[in-house]
Amino acid sequence: MTEALDKTPSLEKEDAVPLVVLSKVNKHFGALHVLQDIDLTITQGEVVVVIGPSGSGKSTLCRTINRLEPIDSGSITIDGRALPQEGRALARLRSDVGMVFQSFNLFAHKTVLQNVMLGPVKVRRETRQAAELRARQLLDRVGVGNQADKYPAQLSGGQQQRVAIARALAMQPKVMLFDEPTSALDPEMVNEVLETMRSLAADGMTMVVVTHEMGFARSAANRVIFMADGRIVEENTPDEFFGNPRSDRARDFLSKILHH
Amino acid sequence: MSVLRDNWDLIHKGFVETLWLTLWCGVVALVLGTLLAACRVSPVPPLRWFGTAYVNIIRNTPLTLLMFFVALGFPKLDIKFDYFTFAVIAVGGYTAAFICEAVRSGINTVPLGQAEAARSLGMTFGQTLSLVVLPQALRAVIPPIGSLLIAMVRNSAIAGAFNVDELFGVNSTLVENGENVLWVFLWIAVGYLTITLTLSAVFALLEKKLAVAR
Repeated sequence: MTEALDKTPSLEKEDAVPLVVLSKVNKHFGALHVLQDIDLTITQGEVVVVIGPSGSGKSTLCRTINRLEPIDSGSITIDGRALPQEGRALARLRSDVGMVFQSFNLFAHKTVLQNVMLGPVKVRRETRQAAELRARQLLDRVGVGNQADKYPAQLSGGQQQRVAIARALAMQPKVMLFDEPTSALDPEMVNEVLETMRSLAADGMTMVVVTHEMGFARSAANRVIFMADGRIVEENTPDEFFGNPRSDRARDFLSKILHH
Repeated sequence: MSVLRDNWDLIHKGFVETLWLTLWCGVVALVLGTLLAACRVSPVPPLRWFGTAYVNIIRNTPLTLLMFFVALGFPKLDIKFDYFTFAVIAVGGYTAAFICEAVRSGINTVPLGQAEAARSLGMTFGQTLSLVVLPQALRAVIPPIGSLLIAMVRNSAIAGAFNVDELFGVNSTLVENGENVLWVFLWIAVGYLTITLTLSAVFALLEKKLAVAR
C-alpha cells in the first residue's frame, strides 16, 4: 500500500500521502511485549500526538521509526522505503528523519552553532558557508540566535531543547520525531519549546510527538494516539478524544491527569 | 658527576634512543589501542571478537615473553626488521591492549544519548565515534593513558636486552668499563625520570585544557 509514491517536497501539504507506515510491528524487551501488532499510518503534514501512561510503549514506538530501537517483526516504511539494516543505507534514511530527545542530547563538546552545522557538513557534505548560513537562520527562528557561540551546558533547558530542534531541522527532514521533548524541562520553560513546535506544525511539518502535554495535544495535533500496554487503544481527533473518549482505559487515564 | 661527564656521549645516545622508542611505541600504542577500542564497541561481531581476543591474549602475556616472541620468533616467519622495530612492535602492541581498555572505559563515560543523537542525524558508526563519542571520551581517558604511557617508557627498557642502545642498555657497557655501579644506575634513573615526569606534566596540562562543562 506504500508502493509507487511520488517524491514530494517535505513541506508541501498534500492530503493523505502516507509518509510513515508501520504495519504489524512487534517488539519485546526480554519477556516484556512492549509493542504489540502496531499499525499506524502517518500522512504528509500530519501532526500525530502519542499519549499514554508510562510503560505503555509510546517512547519505544517513536524510537522504532528511525530504528534507534530495532523491531522484532512487522515492517516500517518511510516515504515508501522500508527501514534497512544498520549501515550506510539506514544512516541515509535517518538523515531524513529528525529526532528530538527528552534529554536534549546536544553534543557537549561543540558550540551551539557547531551542533547545528555538524549534520549538514558531515552527513550532507554541504559547504561550511551554506551550513552556517542556514544554521544561523534556524537558531534565529527558534529564538536562540544570540547564543550561537556558547556551549550547551551554558544554556537553560528550554534553550537547549530549542537548539536541538534547530539541529534536527538543519537536515531538512521529511518528518520530525519528538520523544517527550518537554519532560525534562522546568515548568516555566515548557511553553517556549511548545511554541517552537506549534510554529513548526503550522508550517506543515510532519510530526510525531510523544508527550504528556495535553494542552499541546489539544491545540496542535491533527490526531491523538492513545497507547496502553504496548497497544494503540484509541486514535481520534483531539476534540473527539478529549471530549468523548471511547475506551475505558482512555477515560481512566484522562480522569487521572485532567482532574487534579 | 664524573660518570656522566666521562660517558656523556654514550648516555646521551641512550637517552635519545629511549626518546625515539617512547615516541614510536606511543604512536603505535595510541593508534592501535584506539582502533582496538573501536573494534570492541563496533556493531560488527567479528570485529568485536578480534578486539576482545587481542586484548585478552596480549594483556595477559608477560612482556618479556612477547618481546622474545617478536624478536626471535618473527625472523623464523621471514619477518625481518632491526631490533628497534621489533621492540616498537612488542612494546607498542603490548601497551595498545591496555590503551584499548582505557579508551573503551572512556567511551562508556559518554552518555548513550550522544551517540543516539549522532546516529539520528544520519552519521555512520565511524562518524559517530570519531566526531562525537571519542572527542568526549578523550578527557576521561587522559589520566589513565598518562599512567599507561609512563609504564610504557619504563617497559621500553626491555629493548636494551636486544642490542638496542637505549638508556637502560648503556648500563652494561658502563659497568663493564668499571664505572661505579651506584652512579651508573642513578644517572640512568635520572634519564628515565626526565622523560616520565615530562610526560606527567604534559598530561596534567592536557587534562586541564580538555575539561569541558557538561
